[in-house]
This record gives sequence, structure tokens and C-alpha cells, in this order.
Amino acid sequence: MSFVNISNVVKSFGTNTVVKGFDLAVEKGEFVSFLGPSGCGKTTVLRMIVGFETPSSGSITIGGKDVTNVAPNKRNIGMVFQAYALFPNMSVFDNIAFGLKISGMTKQAVSARVEEMLKLIGLTHLANRFPYEMSGGQQQRVALARALAPKPDVLLLDEPLSALDAKIRVSLREEIRDIQKKLGITTVFVTHDQEEALTISDRIVVMNGGRADQIGTPNQIYNKPATRFVAGFVGTLNIIDAKVHNRDDGTVLIGSKKIQLNDPIEHVKPDGMVSLALRPEAFSIVPDAAKDVSLDGTVTSINFLGSVIRAVMDVEGREISFDMFNNPSLMLPDVGDKTSVYFASSDILALPA
Amino acid sequence: MKKPFPIMPTLIALMSALYFLVPLYATFLFSLKMTRGEYSFASYRSVLNSSIFIDTITFSTIASLCAIVIGTVIIVPTAYWVRLKLPHIRPVIEFISLLPLVVPPVVLVFGYIRVFGSNSWLPLAGSDQGTNLLLVFGYVVMSMPYMFRAVDNGMSVIDIKTLTEAAESLGASRIRTIAFVIFPNVRGAIMSGAFLTFSISLGEFVLASLLNRPAFGPYLVQLGQDRAYEPAALAIMAFAFTWACMALMQLFAVKKPGSRWFPRLSIKLYKKVEA
Ligand SMILES: Nc1ncnc2c1ncn2[C@@H]1O[C@H](COP(=O)(O)OP(=O)(O)OP(=O)(O)O)[C@@H](O)[C@H]1O
Ligand SMILES: [Mg+2]
Repeated sequence: MSFVNISNVVKSFGTNTVVKGFDLAVEKGEFVSFLGPSGCGKTTVLRMIVGFETPSSGSITIGGKDVTNVAPNKRNIGMVFQAYALFPNMSVFDNIAFGLKISGMTKQAVSARVEEMLKLIGLTHLANRFPYEMSGGQQQRVALARALAPKPDVLLLDEPLSALDAKIRVSLREEIRDIQKKLGITTVFVTHDQEEALTISDRIVVMNGGRADQIGTPNQIYNKPATRFVAGFVGTLNIIDAKVHNRDDGTVLIGSKKIQLNDPIEHVKPDGMVSLALRPEAFSIVPDAAKDVSLDGTVTSINFLGSVIRAVMDVEGREISFDMFNNPSLMLPDVGDKTSVYFASSDILALPA
Repeated sequence: MKKPFPIMPTLIALMSALYFLVPLYATFLFSLKMTRGEYSFASYRSVLNSSIFIDTITFSTIASLCAIVIGTVIIVPTAYWVRLKLPHIRPVIEFISLLPLVVPPVVLVFGYIRVFGSNSWLPLAGSDQGTNLLLVFGYVVMSMPYMFRAVDNGMSVIDIKTLTEAAESLGASRIRTIAFVIFPNVRGAIMSGAFLTFSISLGEFVLASLLNRPAFGPYLVQLGQDRAYEPAALAIMAFAFTWACMALMQLFAVKKPGSRWFPRLSIKLYKKVEA
């Protein structure tokens, strides 16, 4: 049995069912992210784990103990909020000490533990500051230390980085991951930022409309999306409608171009079409032995993304996005140019419906 | 580009200031004239030396402080609970809290006497202690609009819900959360409410007079009928007192945690709990 088990949990607010049969098993020491669009129920599931909401049905166990109806202050779960939620009337030291004092530790033990936590987050010199005297990144680190100080069984973070600017977001997420690994604490992390989820998670739960569409490693989620939603939500994806040419030998037509697929064609729509998916990074603008398929079209837009340039071209009425490395020695196409792109047929994903 | 000096606004401000300052100054001058032919503080001395003055102001101060404590204990948890769990009934609570502004104290006190009269089920008005209690409750009711508004505003500034959840996830009980997290953060607001309560109930006349209590308000009125100079002195003192209260309020309202001239309540309470 896993450390945290969420079994068939349903949550309704009035007549509005926002979580519709959610299942998840988190192993001890695992870092799991909830990824999904706004309103898909990420926060609601998290709030049921910590106990701020009670499931309408289903059960939650932590360490083998059923906590479905246990009060939040009896669950021993650390929580980090998007808006930091530090106690404004207390110094950094007192904030971190809050949970420890409740657990009835001696004064010396509290002090020692707070020092240890301050060291962990590298803010020993700010122990006497008040929340309003610190930057957002510092406050969120204190909030993390406060949540971890009483040695919780599980750590929950609800979009802890959303209020911070891009640079700090990246460095702090790495810090969170390091600390999590060091302490080996079971962690659930909510985000709507796919890059964040892909970088720091052991496993990702992609949520859609109150359900888990797919649960898997970042690699599985990115390269083998289980549903069209997952494919579209994680990373940019070209969805190309192709006509089945011969189902038995696995050939399809993109416009007039015949392409041989690697995998058998499973999900054919009634009108004889299949949806194919291709990541923009699967394309190359120079021919390559491994890239056995080519498409021809006219470039309709060029977007500069830094080290990468994303272009869109029109292939017989279909918009296809492809990435090019921003390499000055290459002759990059311009808007209006006719060009060819090359890709490997093994990179094509046939999407379920 | 510099703006021209705002002549009209300044003039209007000056005129309004005069409107208040001239009578005040006149009253002050008058209060100094008790001894014929010279200015002196004789009237002030006379007031401060009177034992009735000391007795009544002590009585009223204690009654006001009791009203503040009871009001705080009732209103802070109520405002907290409404914001946390029942946000949809907040307009109703707000309306109820405003009722004392609509219902005159005379009606309130006759209601009290009817409900708690000597032949009622709870004859509070039958004894001195009981009547004192009624007076304090009356003050609580009368100051409710100010107290509730101050506390509710104070709570709107901090994120009550998230702070409560943060405390709960750290293992705190509801009472502990209120005492150590919510209360210290709305302390400034409670103080403002408390000072308003204090200034309302200290010189209150109708309730004290109709309940026949030896309070400061009735004494003030009595003195106004019997004497000439002392009431002026009292008026000036009351005025100074009110301004002192306002200044204190301002001080508490802008006070940030960490500036240590005010003893930190939270620390002391923690020590008590640990002991
Ligand atoms: N207390 C509540 N009462 C009624 N509806 C609620 C309540 N809490 C959440 N909801 C609804 O449940 C749905 C899911 O909300 P939730 O906060 O879980 O989404 P989320 O995935 O965390 O979104 P976001 O990324 O915007 O934070 C939303 O439609 C929301 O309106
Ligand atoms: Mg959310």
C-alpha cells in the first residue's frame, strides 16, 4: 500500500461537482505534481488531503491511517500557500517556531529546530525580520521552513511560485526540490506551469475537469500523452488531421503526401480520419538521414523565442509549427518563403480520438 | 510646473477651523475666570478636588472598560467567524450592528427595564450590581456599530482565511488561532474600537441617568445646572481627553509589529501557555 492513497474521491459544492472520482497513490518520499488548467480542481484535491475540505465521497489514507474525516490540525501535514500566509505579527523566528511550540517542545528544542530550518533555507541572518520586511522569495522560503519545521508526514504546496518573478521562480523551484530530496519528504505540488512540473517532479498528475487524465513520469507525460488533452496541454503540439490511406499497412495521407506510420492505426474516426500529433521540435529544416518524411509549405510567421525560433507554415491549408535553432550560420527562412521540413515517422503520435 | 497656492481651499479650511476654535477658546477663557479679576485654574482645582467628580469618573471609567472587554470578546470572534465561514450573512450582521444608531438609548433603556425589571424572570434592575451590568451591556450595544466596523475593517486587511488555514495545518486549535494569530493582527483595529467605545460611554447621559447610576454623564449635567465656571473647565478637560484618545488611536493604528515600544502580547501569552 502506498503512503498516501486517494481513492475515488468526489467533491461537490452544491450541485457543482468539481472533483469527479479522483484516484492517486503517492509513494513515500515521492514528489508528485498536479498539473492542469485553471478550475480543474487541483486546489480542491489538495485541500481535501490537508483537510480544509471534506470529500463528498471516497477516502484518503496517509501512512495506512484513514484521515478522510480527521481535522486539519490533527493530520500533521505541512502546507505552503501561493500568498505565503506568514503570520504578519511574528518574526521569521516566531513564524517557524509556531508549529513547534504547539507540539509542546521545550524552548531549547524549538530554538535548535528553528536554527536548523533557517540554515536549510539559508536565511539565518534574517531570523528577526518581520514578513513585511522581506521579499516574496524570502517570505516563501520562510513559509516552506515553517511548514517543514514540525516534521510533517506530507508536504503540500499550492502554486507556491506563482507570485514570484521568473528568475526567482526557477531558482526557488530547484531549492524546493533539493530540500525535498534531502529530507525525503512526500510532496504534492500544484502548478499550472508545465515546465515547472516537468522539471521537478517524480510523477505528474495531469488533471482535466476534475479527473486525472494521466499519471506518469515527466517523460511519459511528454512523450506518450494518454489523451488528446494531455498532448495539447503539455508542451506545444501540432495536431494534424490525416486521412487513412490503408489501415492494414499503416499508411495515411497528409493532404496529398503519403506517410507510413510506425504503429498500427487504432483510433480511426467515422469519417476515415486520424489525428496525428507532432512536437515542433521534431522538425528540422535541413534533410537528415533519420528524418524520413518531408512536408512542403509556405512560412506564415516567425516567432523569436531566444535560443529557438518558432515558425508556422501552411501545408495545404494546415498550420504546422516547427522549431529552428537560432543558429546564425544557418539560412533561416523568412515569412512568405517556400520551404520544406523533415521529420521521422517514428516521432508521430497517433492520438486517441 | 508648480501649482499655484490653493487660496480658496486654505480659506475654507481656516474658516472651519475658526468655527471650532473660537468657541473652544472662549470656553477656555471663561473657565479661567473663576477668581474675580485674574486668570487662574481655580475652577479646574475645584473640579479635581470634588470627591463626586473622582467617584463618578472612576465609576464611568470602570464601566467603559468593562464594556470594551465584553464588546471585544463578543465582536472579535463574531466578525472572525462571519468572515471565515458565513461570508454571505455579513450584510445581515452589518445591519444588526448598525441598529443601535437607529434605536435611541431611551428606547433601549426602557426595553431593559421592562425585560429585566424587578418582577421579571431575570430581575437585574432590582439590584445595584444588576443595574450596573445593564449599564455595561447598554454601552456594549451602543458602541457596537463602531466596534464591529473597526474590527471588521481590520480583518479585511489581512487574509483571515489563509492565515487560519496556515495555523491549522501547523496543528493550532481554533482558540489558539484566534488568540495568537488573528487577535494580534487586528489589535490596532480593536484599539480603535475600544477608544471609540470609551469616549462614547465615558460621558454617556441617558442610560446612566435613567438607570440611576452614579456615572460621569449625569454628574456633568448636574454640574452644568448648579455651577458656572466648573462646567467650562470640565468641557475643556473632556475635550483634551478626547483628543488624547484620538492620538493614542492613531498611534496604535500605524504601529507595525516589531517596533518594541509596545510590549508584544503574543510572546507573553506564549510564556504563560508554556509555564
Ligand atoms: N468553496 C467553494 N465553493 C464553491 N465552488 C468552489 C469552491 N472552491 C472551489 N470551487 C470551484 O471548484 C472548481 C475547482 O476549483 P479549484 O480551486 O480546485 O481549481 P484549481 O485547479 O486550483 O484552479 P486554479 O489553477 O485557478 O487555482 C472551480 O470551478 C471553483 O469555482
Ligand atoms: Mg488552485
